[in-house]
Amino acid sequence: MTDTTAAKEYRYITKKRRVTEDRRFITGRGNFAADYNLPGMLHVAMVTSPYACAEIKGINAEAALALPGVRYVLTGAELFENINPLLSGLDLPNIKRIPLAHERARYAGEWVAAVVAESRHIAEDAVELVEVDYNPIDFVIDPEEAMQPEAPLVHPQHGSNILCDKSWVWGDVDGDFDAAPHSLAFRARWSRCSTIPIETFVVTAKWDEGKELLDVWASIQMPKYPEQIARALSLPVNAINVHFDVDVGGSYGLKRGIRQTVIVSYLTRKLRAPVRFNEDRLENMSGGEMHGPDRIFDMEVAFDDEGIMHSLKIKATDDAGCYPGRAPLQLGKPVSAIVGPYRIKSASYNAISVTTNKTSQEAVRGFGQAPTNFAIEAMVDKVARKLGMDRDEVRRRNMIRADEFPYRIPSGSEYDSGDYHTVLDKLQTSAGWQELLTKRDAIRAEGKLAGVGISTCLEPSGGNSSFEPFFNPKNDTTTWMESCLIKVDMLGSITALMGTSTSGQGHESLLSVVIGEILERDPDTIRGVHAESLGALPSNSPVGSRMAIMLGGAAAGAAEKIKKQLLEIAAHNFQLPVDRLIYDGGDISVEGDPDKVMNWHLLIDIAHRQYHKMPLGSEPGLQAQHTWEVPTGGALPAEDGTVQMYPCYAFEAHIPLIAIDPDTGQVEILDYHMGHDCGTVLNPDIVRGMSLGGIAHGIGAALYEKFEYDEGGQHLSGSFMDYLLPSSHEIPHVEMVKHYTPSPLTTFGQKGSGESGYLGAPAAIASAVNDALAPLGKSIDTLPMRVRDIEALLNGQTE
Amino acid sequence: MKAANFDYVRVASINEACQALADGGEDARIIAGGQTMIPLMAMRLARPSLLIDINDVSELAGITVAGDHLIIRAGTRQADTLASEVVKSQLPLLADALSHVGHTQTRNRGTIGGSLVNADPSAEIPLIAQTLDATIVAQSTRGQRTIAAGDFFDSAMATTLAPDECLVEARFPIWPSENTGFGFHEVSIRNSDYALAAAAAQTTLDENGNCLRLSIAICGASPAPLRLINVEQALTGSELSDNMIKAACANIDDLIDPQSDVHADAAYRGRVAKVVAARAIGDARDRAKGILV
Amino acid sequence: MSEHKITLTVNGREMSGHAEARLTLVDFLRDVLGQTGTHIGCEHGVCGACSVVMDGKPVRSCLMFAVMADGHEITTVEGLEGPNGELSPLQDAFWENHAMQCGYCTPGMLIATHTLLQENPDPDEAEIREAIGGNLCRCTGYQQIVEAVQMAAKKVQEAS
Repeated sequence: MTDTTAAKEYRYITKKRRVTEDRRFITGRGNFAADYNLPGMLHVAMVTSPYACAEIKGINAEAALALPGVRYVLTGAELFENINPLLSGLDLPNIKRIPLAHERARYAGEWVAAVVAESRHIAEDAVELVEVDYNPIDFVIDPEEAMQPEAPLVHPQHGSNILCDKSWVWGDVDGDFDAAPHSLAFRARWSRCSTIPIETFVVTAKWDEGKELLDVWASIQMPKYPEQIARALSLPVNAINVHFDVDVGGSYGLKRGIRQTVIVSYLTRKLRAPVRFNEDRLENMSGGEMHGPDRIFDMEVAFDDEGIMHSLKIKATDDAGCYPGRAPLQLGKPVSAIVGPYRIKSASYNAISVTTNKTSQEAVRGFGQAPTNFAIEAMVDKVARKLGMDRDEVRRRNMIRADEFPYRIPSGSEYDSGDYHTVLDKLQTSAGWQELLTKRDAIRAEGKLAGVGISTCLEPSGGNSSFEPFFNPKNDTTTWMESCLIKVDMLGSITALMGTSTSGQGHESLLSVVIGEILERDPDTIRGVHAESLGALPSNSPVGSRMAIMLGGAAAGAAEKIKKQLLEIAAHNFQLPVDRLIYDGGDISVEGDPDKVMNWHLLIDIAHRQYHKMPLGSEPGLQAQHTWEVPTGGALPAEDGTVQMYPCYAFEAHIPLIAIDPDTGQVEILDYHMGHDCGTVLNPDIVRGMSLGGIAHGIGAALYEKFEYDEGGQHLSGSFMDYLLPSSHEIPHVEMVKHYTPSPLTTFGQKGSGESGYLGAPAAIASAVNDALAPLGKSIDTLPMRVRDIEALLNGQTE
Repeated sequence: MKAANFDYVRVASINEACQALADGGEDARIIAGGQTMIPLMAMRLARPSLLIDINDVSELAGITVAGDHLIIRAGTRQADTLASEVVKSQLPLLADALSHVGHTQTRNRGTIGGSLVNADPSAEIPLIAQTLDATIVAQSTRGQRTIAAGDFFDSAMATTLAPDECLVEARFPIWPSENTGFGFHEVSIRNSDYALAAAAAQTTLDENGNCLRLSIAICGASPAPLRLINVEQALTGSELSDNMIKAACANIDDLIDPQSDVHADAAYRGRVAKVVAARAIGDARDRAKGILV
Repeated sequence: MSEHKITLTVNGREMSGHAEARLTLVDFLRDVLGQTGTHIGCEHGVCGACSVVMDGKPVRSCLMFAVMADGHEITTVEGLEGPNGELSPLQDAFWENHAMQCGYCTPGMLIATHTLLQENPDPDEAEIREAIGGNLCRCTGYQQIVEAVQMAAKKVQEAS
């Protein structure tokens, strides 16, 4: 297959371009939430629960309030009386969530009261003076224990610790298992970890008495954020103005901050002063509720002598932590790629979400897909090992072929396009697969352990909301639009508005390059703007690997409308039909008569100033908006339990070479190669950065990162001393090879890449570790594979 | 993560520092680099009432050789020590270990004395002091005294320094360089983390290549850096073969007292301590023989 | 508790303000002097986002009380541009290589590598990785930062 991008030449997209946003970051001029200092601003610090579970019998704030500079102490009880509970992803009417613990603290580190003072320092002084009368009660930390009948209930009024337990069978799973000569079963464990950004969550709110308007500056990445604030505070949405031009210091799905926002929004109205809550790292790690999936996979696969996989059973038990939030829905996205890139004809899925006395889960990059990919890939490796086949060969035999697209998987999602075999071929060639195996064997000959890993994974992208009705039939949301408004001003410069903030994805660059491509204008002259929510069109924020597809599509749609208006103006003035005109770089000439030209500035001048030259009845000025629904979206799940989730499916393959010190368990990554196909690439630097950063996240999840709890329910990973983020020493140089299979569903054939790297790296590292352990007849299926875990597996039995 | 309130005074001499300590009471603390103290204060796990800043005390900085000792003044930055040519030539074990201490940025502020006083059971500088039998010099308004490293490190994060004493310098013995080699091995999770276990060794061989003298200590597997006296005894006089080293280092279960924490359990630390000890001795031997540079 | 007048030379300009002893240098720079280019990531000395140059050397500004820096010279990310706002070769190389995404760790990365290049104009990959070993980035995976530093080093050498 040829490089498909070569087939179509673009002016600006696909080409190397500097990222517009970078300029402000390299000069120290970013506008992060903590950079907004408002006069008279008050600061919040949190009183946190020292217990895994405790009744709150009383809170005495007298001493705290007596400290000079302290303005208020807000409790859960007060909030409970004055706001509406926060939205949950599931239909759980008996679990009411308010932003501070009310009556009961349900995990160690949960925020129990918010102290407001003139400085953060004073607020922290006062936190030490707040006396909370706790009555510690039984708690449960392990999700499987939590499902036992005698387990303490995290939410007694819910009657169970199971938040949801749903099963689907797609195809003749039992028949396929009966017919297959082989099957194997195993358990894989993805431990609680997260994509922890370097910036914590920060929010400042200011109630403007004169305008009766709540201004919010936040490091936010949350769909329907103004609407959620409005519902909690019983305000109309048009009384809330979210400043989406705040730069977000990393999010990767996490920065949902609705609790934090409701607290400061309530306080600013109550105290009539701007209020900021700038989570410190300790508040962030334990009470910020930014932990990711915490999942046990019980996997079964049926396969034949040739290594063909026929059917698959997945039971995923996920520890959501103490409140449901959106965590249970992270069991949903994997339904859209439940068989991975493989031609497996039937599958069953049992998704169980359990509540425990840990901090709550939040959406993390990939929304549950990275853990699932890890489990599926471990399964493929085990099939290969059982049959004595090569791992790459088993993948080749099972992967969907390029000529089979669009391909409908058993769970009902249709994969748009792909060429998995070519990507894997390209990668193995560029990585030097045989040479890597030779290198591995040479290291083994020196007495070390060494392994080559492989993973071939999908990134469902272009996020829609169909997992919501899929998990909660009372939720009939099928719309998950994105919008763009383009204005061409009187002097001819172009401004494009979006209704969301950025956390490093380069949306301003995206708007300018897409609009530049359609209107054939230099993207460097086009300004992308993160509009305030009051001035913005509907957006669902940069979640679900969707902005290249959705914001790109909305911008392209709006730009096409601008172009159409320009052509109509020219047609009117030339007194010719539009199809006789040629649009070139913003100028419009007459076909066959190149001297007859109306240039960009002339056309725009007409639009803005010369109504007498405009087509009769047309709208003056030059502006257009486009709001786009997710392609293939818009439908509820079918009654047979199938569902079309994400529209576009990017593919990635990873090959690392690692060595393990058999005496210490230390893993060293010696080589790392990735093959990637996300369709047409709009900005190569941005896509490459996403993939490289995703690999780093994946290596962290595979080897280092875990939120650990002890038997007393205490969180042990509450700082960067204890939760280990990989540094430049741990993350290797990565060689990338690209392939471009366009999506038929999107403007330019682009697919998502915001979760790339992360979706295949953990699986690949696990594969490499297990390849290293294989000669010893050992294996490990729990992430992270820490030095102590590996060493104990090798040497621990003698203890 | 804001520190509780405290008073602050900047002093210009050791005498001033000692006086301030004597006047400041039990909760007064010297601050130099602050690279460990300030995070503890930010978490309010440390709350000194008074910080005595010795960064301006020029008599507390510097590296000199006096006879067969290399003297590092307490306020000398770790970065300056790492960059010091005299340390590289006379005390290469310390230079090697220092490259494992924190990062460039923390080494630019962190001091040799600060690390010794902090006495983290996983820290490299105390380990080297213990390995080489350094002498610690402390001063107070009551006068000056010297403390052997073996008597200085008391337990985890605790030393025998009195509350009114200011650490002034550490004196590291310089071994005759002929047929002498060092070895340092560390196991950490990430490159620059505190050691899960680390070992430092220095040996001098006789003309036949047998071990004339050996010092070996480990950290991370006991409340304070630990000299492995029995290993030294077992190996002194031997040819230091790999097998002998391994056998000697396997025999330290009675000496060590590893603890479990979020990063590693005691069993892991115990096993790995033996591994790094053996590797450190092996490297020391190879350097002494000139096989390893 | 003690309050102090603190005077620093920040990016060549003398600036002063009053602060309690407990105010860290990064809080002083940001909240008292209004220099918000330097960021706070962890406040316990691990992430490196708050890196600044003090008397020519990179240090963590969360690991120093402002009063300890009284009388010293500080360079922050705001001080890396030329006198007329022209980007330094390093800044330009960060841009050219898209050595960031969210930009939050970027000031610290620039400080760490700016001082590296001053001491070592031709660092190899291992030396660059060592120089940024105490600066955490969650977006890039570090590779683009390494590439940017290599490009900047090459450009400076070619120019001289």
